[in-house]
Amino acid sequence: MRILNEKASKAKEKKASLGPDINLEEYSSEHTPHGIVDKLEMLSDADKERMILAGIDANEEGRSGTYVQKDTTAIFSQSKQEGLEVIPIKEALKKFDWVQDYYWKLVSVDTDKYTARAQLDLHDGYVIRALPGSTVIYPVQACLYLEKEGLSQNVHNIIIADEGSELHIITGCATAAHLRSGLHVGISEFFVKKNAKLSFTMIHHWAEEMMVRPRSVGIVEEGGLFLNNYICMRPVKSLQMYPTTYLAGKGAVARFYSLLVGSPNSEIDVGGRMYLQEEDTRAEIVSRAITNGGNIIARGDLIGEVPGIRGHLECRGLILNGGTIHAIPELQGKIDGVELSHEAAVGKIAQDEILYLMSRGLTEDEATSTIVRGFLSVDIPGLPPVLKAEIDRAVDLSQHDVM
Amino acid sequence: MLIIEDLKVRLGDKEILRHIDLEIKQGETHILFGPNGSGKTSLLMTIMGYPQYKVTAGKIYFKGQDITHMSINERAKLGIGMSYQRPPSIHGLKTRQMIEICSNNGADVNELAEQVNFLEFLDRDINVGFSGGEIKRSELLQLIAQDPDLLLFDEPESGVDLENIALIGNAINHLLERDIHSTTNKSKKQLLRERAKMGLIITHTGFILDYVSADRGQVLYDGVLACRRYPVEIFKQIKDVGYEECVRCAS
Repeated sequence: MRILNEKASKAKEKKASLGPDINLEEYSSEHTPHGIVDKLEMLSDADKERMILAGIDANEEGRSGTYVQKDTTAIFSQSKQEGLEVIPIKEALKKFDWVQDYYWKLVSVDTDKYTARAQLDLHDGYVIRALPGSTVIYPVQACLYLEKEGLSQNVHNIIIADEGSELHIITGCATAAHLRSGLHVGISEFFVKKNAKLSFTMIHHWAEEMMVRPRSVGIVEEGGLFLNNYICMRPVKSLQMYPTTYLAGKGAVARFYSLLVGSPNSEIDVGGRMYLQEEDTRAEIVSRAITNGGNIIARGDLIGEVPGIRGHLECRGLILNGGTIHAIPELQGKIDGVELSHEAAVGKIAQDEILYLMSRGLTEDEATSTIVRGFLSVDIPGLPPVLKAEIDRAVDLSQHDVM
Repeated sequence: MLIIEDLKVRLGDKEILRHIDLEIKQGETHILFGPNGSGKTSLLMTIMGYPQYKVTAGKIYFKGQDITHMSINERAKLGIGMSYQRPPSIHGLKTRQMIEICSNNGADVNELAEQVNFLEFLDRDINVGFSGGEIKRSELLQLIAQDPDLLLFDEPESGVDLENIALIGNAINHLLERDIHSTTNKSKKQLLRERAKMGLIITHTGFILDYVSADRGQVLYDGVLACRRYPVEIFKQIKDVGYEECVRCAS
């Protein structure tokens, strides 16, 4: 811990390589105590409502475990299934030695001032682990909720799918209805072990003046599958993230899907980077970006390091009503025998598609919204239907704003 | 009834249709012949209401209403439907959803799809990666769901494999209420009198004539309609002597 603190201290002022710089002094990092709840039902209706928007169900129906953090405090964490652990990270660090084997093992603590802050001023976060061979049938839900104006919420999450396990997580970040500004710094480290399957669906529901800096790295071992879905369709002031995944075992597969909407005054810079390091690994990055006044940078980077790997990157952007979309797809083949491809397109809604739908009886507005809805509807192989439904719901909720 | 009077149409800066007069009475189906580039598709797109086809003179009436400047979706609501030759693909829109749109959510999609052997395509994005024949079946399925009164078919049989051609032909015949033998207790005469559906079909190959009993044929040549006769007769002429000669005979 001492070494980590030293490294972090040196990076305290280190600017991130991407995204507008944030003056951390402007945000309070002070601990904000909230009472721990025994049951999620005890949350206020207003809070519940906001959490539902981000896919978190207070009745815990169809969920195998739950973690809820309000501002800086973990107020609820529970596993309802054997073979599944859901523990606040501060508690886990105190109680279990094994957590040290994962903590800051993928993300470098001195990456930038945000990672440094998450070490020096950690609020909490979750450790979610599926033990070897266990199949967690229902998704685990995790919510990082912000209520205090001007707070910097610093969290660290560790997600482990042990050998042969299957784990699905839906995580929502949301803010109280009244909240306008704040900073969310979130470190996430994903470990997908041999022949394990992990899906991680993140729905962000921020406020207009929110600054968001997630820092995520994942590793997938032999035969493992990692599905990472990111949905951010609500206004946010500045969001920058570039999650990295290492396909470090033979036959490992990773897919990163993102759905982004850039509202006026939003600056969104989201990408996915995958290193294909072993034979027969497969990577796919798919992004759909719509702007109606915001600025979106959609990045993607596939790095093929050994022969016999295959990766594909797809980036589509729609400019509906002002704003910009900058697609930056990158492919790096480092040796003979790699297969990497990308397709990128940025444009407007095709007129012939609108007219086609109008000739089937829709009005022009109905036709446009049908096409946009289709644009945001991506088939994600391997994703449980309940999570697909949550993504569809998030898209439907935002559709009105998009148009 | 569809009535077109002395219609002139421009696409971009080119006049593509001139002095078109056409009348399709209630219950009638017409076949539209013509070489490539003669303006057949343009005529259908103009009737459907595509805004890039600018009507510079003349009128189009449908069911007694002047629809010359009506929007495309108003025409659809009024009962005009079209089967396209090359419709656009729409990513993320399932064929099933498209059929629901066409039927205004009023149909059993699976049951309709079975009629044109299209069940397995319902959960695919509309037209994405469809072969020529699959597009035709999808278009036909959409029209079955939409159930318009005037049906415009742009080469409904092109690209369709032999296995499905009879299926397509019979389905079109049924949509146009021309399979009168298959219905029961009413007399043929009565059925004919009650027939309301109108059709305008573009064909290149003429295969469709084996299945659809059309009332009239017209040849569109160089933007002008020429020669009105029985479709089979026209088709034979074209096959024997070519379009140019066929049109010369008519004028």
